[in-house]
Amino acid sequence: MAEHDRRISLSEMTTGDDATILAIQGGRMVNNRLASLGFTPGVQVNMTQNYGRGPLIVTVRGTRVAIGRGEAAKIIVERGSHE
Amino acid sequence: MSNCHDTSAQTASPLAIMDVDAPLIALAGQPNMGKSTLFNLLTGLNQHVGNWPGKTVERREGHFDLNGRSVRLVDLPGTYSLTAYSPEEVIAREFILREKPSVVIAVVSAANLERSLYLVAELATLKAPVVVALNMMDVAAQEGIHVDAQVLEAALGLPVVPMTASKAVGVRELLGVVQDILSGKPAPRPLPPEVRADHRKVLDKIETLIIAHVPEPYPHNWVALKLLEGDVEVTRMMHTALPNDVWDVVHDVLRLHDDAFLAVASGRYEWIGRMVRAAVARPRVGQIGMTERLDRRAAHPLWGLFILAGILGLVFWLTFTIGSPIQAWLDEQVVTPLAGLAAGALAGAPFWAQGMVVDGLIGGVGTVLTFLPILVVFFAAFALLEDVGYMARAAYVMDNLMHLMGLHGKSFLPLFLGFGCNVPAIMGTRVIDSWPARLLTILIAPLVPCTARMAVVAFIAPAFFGANAIWVSWGLVLLSLLALVSSGALLNRVIFKGQRSAFIMEMPLYHIPNARTIGLLVWQRSLSFVRKAGTAILAMSLLVWALSYLPGGDLNTSFLARFGQLIEPVGSWMGFDWRLTVALITSFPAKENAIATLGVLFGNSPNVGLANILVASFSNASALSFLVVTMLFIPCMATVAVTKQETNSWRWTLLSVFLLLGISVAAGAAVYHLGVLFGL
Repeated sequence: MAEHDRRISLSEMTTGDDATILAIQGGRMVNNRLASLGFTPGVQVNMTQNYGRGPLIVTVRGTRVAIGRGEAAKIIVERGSHE
Repeated sequence: MSNCHDTSAQTASPLAIMDVDAPLIALAGQPNMGKSTLFNLLTGLNQHVGNWPGKTVERREGHFDLNGRSVRLVDLPGTYSLTAYSPEEVIAREFILREKPSVVIAVVSAANLERSLYLVAELATLKAPVVVALNMMDVAAQEGIHVDAQVLEAALGLPVVPMTASKAVGVRELLGVVQDILSGKPAPRPLPPEVRADHRKVLDKIETLIIAHVPEPYPHNWVALKLLEGDVEVTRMMHTALPNDVWDVVHDVLRLHDDAFLAVASGRYEWIGRMVRAAVARPRVGQIGMTERLDRRAAHPLWGLFILAGILGLVFWLTFTIGSPIQAWLDEQVVTPLAGLAAGALAGAPFWAQGMVVDGLIGGVGTVLTFLPILVVFFAAFALLEDVGYMARAAYVMDNLMHLMGLHGKSFLPLFLGFGCNVPAIMGTRVIDSWPARLLTILIAPLVPCTARMAVVAFIAPAFFGANAIWVSWGLVLLSLLALVSSGALLNRVIFKGQRSAFIMEMPLYHIPNARTIGLLVWQRSLSFVRKAGTAILAMSLLVWALSYLPGGDLNTSFLARFGQLIEPVGSWMGFDWRLTVALITSFPAKENAIATLGVLFGNSPNVGLANILVASFSNASALSFLVVTMLFIPCMATVAVTKQETNSWRWTLLSVFLLLGISVAAGAAVYHLGVLFGL
């Protein structure tokens, strides 16, 4: 149960939170663009800005990336850091 | 094909024809790595901007001297990776594989090493002779990041040169390494990244299957990797190249592993991770960088909009405070005397020759060119905001509004450029990744009120509305933007079925702007505007002049006047007589021509008292309607030409023209009748 609760989409993370990417479920083109910007399963992300609506800013591999709410909803993460 | 650089894939651009034996160097790198800064630093004004053959992707090539020998430098498009998902990425990888440059300089950012090495990981698999330019050492230091270039060099197995291109630091060292490779020092052979462990067997299997059938010049392990990644171009190529039975086996293997691209990407990041762990130290972890501090305001959903509005206001204020007086001065002190001089010099020539030079050439092209100072100020402000890194923030905060039209934040940037001139705006849509979004942006961009239209407003509004002119002007701008948003929303529903493209955009670190980069950007944009004035605008000015002169040599009885009288009934819906209608038609070569035409139609004392004559001739309702129609009327000729060039389709170009024609006539008629109703 608790295990399940920790799995959320990137768009549900609050500002300042850390998480680890589990899966990326966009279309092939979106996945590819995300991968080249550093979004791959297993990588740590930090939510830099999420005001609950509109696009959000995530820091991944030292880069800030602005991402639409719709795209963020397709990235599944596990809350907390593993380090 | 009309593209003058057709042959460049094989023989390269005109610059290179002078020296075909010159060594070829390619500059590769992701966006925001300072690649353009380095290119400009090396080539200065010895550069040529064109298009890649058959593509609307900018191709920049230049040359420079390296120890007395001329070297060709090709700036590859800035790309995050080398997949087949965008034309830019295909261009970059095909160039490296087919043209086989002697050296590929890969520009990476020390402040962003992990992400920027991704492209290097792809280049390593291509077996290109790579030199890594470790740029932005200053930004890295400012963000508290230390990169040890020597350790990185040892880990990568590639030469690494630390540098700060914006301050010209490290360029000599970079050229030294390039020189070494050119003079025959064996090119380094890095150990390329491997695919994640769970997919290695599959990759081997594919490679064994295809090894005998891979066409030149593609390396077979690269092709195998790209097949596994699901690369559409490589898959298509191998489908043709492989015998049917082999293809069936390969195809079955690939279908079982259609998520393999994540394994490939992860493999690259594992490789990168090893390099970064060795070479990068972040002694001040947790320190809040300048970028984060600035973004708390600049990227805030509310504050961000205020800041954007403030910056836009400042840019317009600067443009009109500095640019407009120069424009007016040029018009009065250069173009008018020049016309007088030409009229004098051609006094003995046939009357039509004098008219063609004075009214057609100087009046048309000359007037358009006087807008250059306004554009230069605007381009400079835009280039500065771009170079500092602010534009990504503007796109970010505008994302919500752009969603109304099914677009996203990136479309805001070209639209903003449209306030200066619609031509660079339409060319600027190249930053948008998805074609439907780009097309939609091209279609609505002409609704952004450009400086030329504002010049017409600036002339007519004060004459009719006195102190209220400022409110009328603001109202006209708001009306244009309202028309833009609503037609964008409508087009998205009707033509693009409400689809929306993904918004994924890097937010680069802020950095100190580089004067050279800005200067060259302004220079190139201005040059392309002047070229347009010298070609398309020139031709059209002469055509309109001829129509206004023939057959009798008098505008009032000319073909143009007859045409204006013919369609006067349409004009009358909007409260126009034939003269206002003709003025509107002649605004096609250049929007501000409307004033010049009215000057000619209302007697030959140009501009002196024209405002008063107009006020006496037309009601306020007609004037307001004329202004509204001018704001929304069909795009100017240069904009139509560039729309055709960028969409490569007459259908979309004509749609753009008729869309604006419909909107402007409807809005003009509505405003006129409302105006009459309220007693204007």
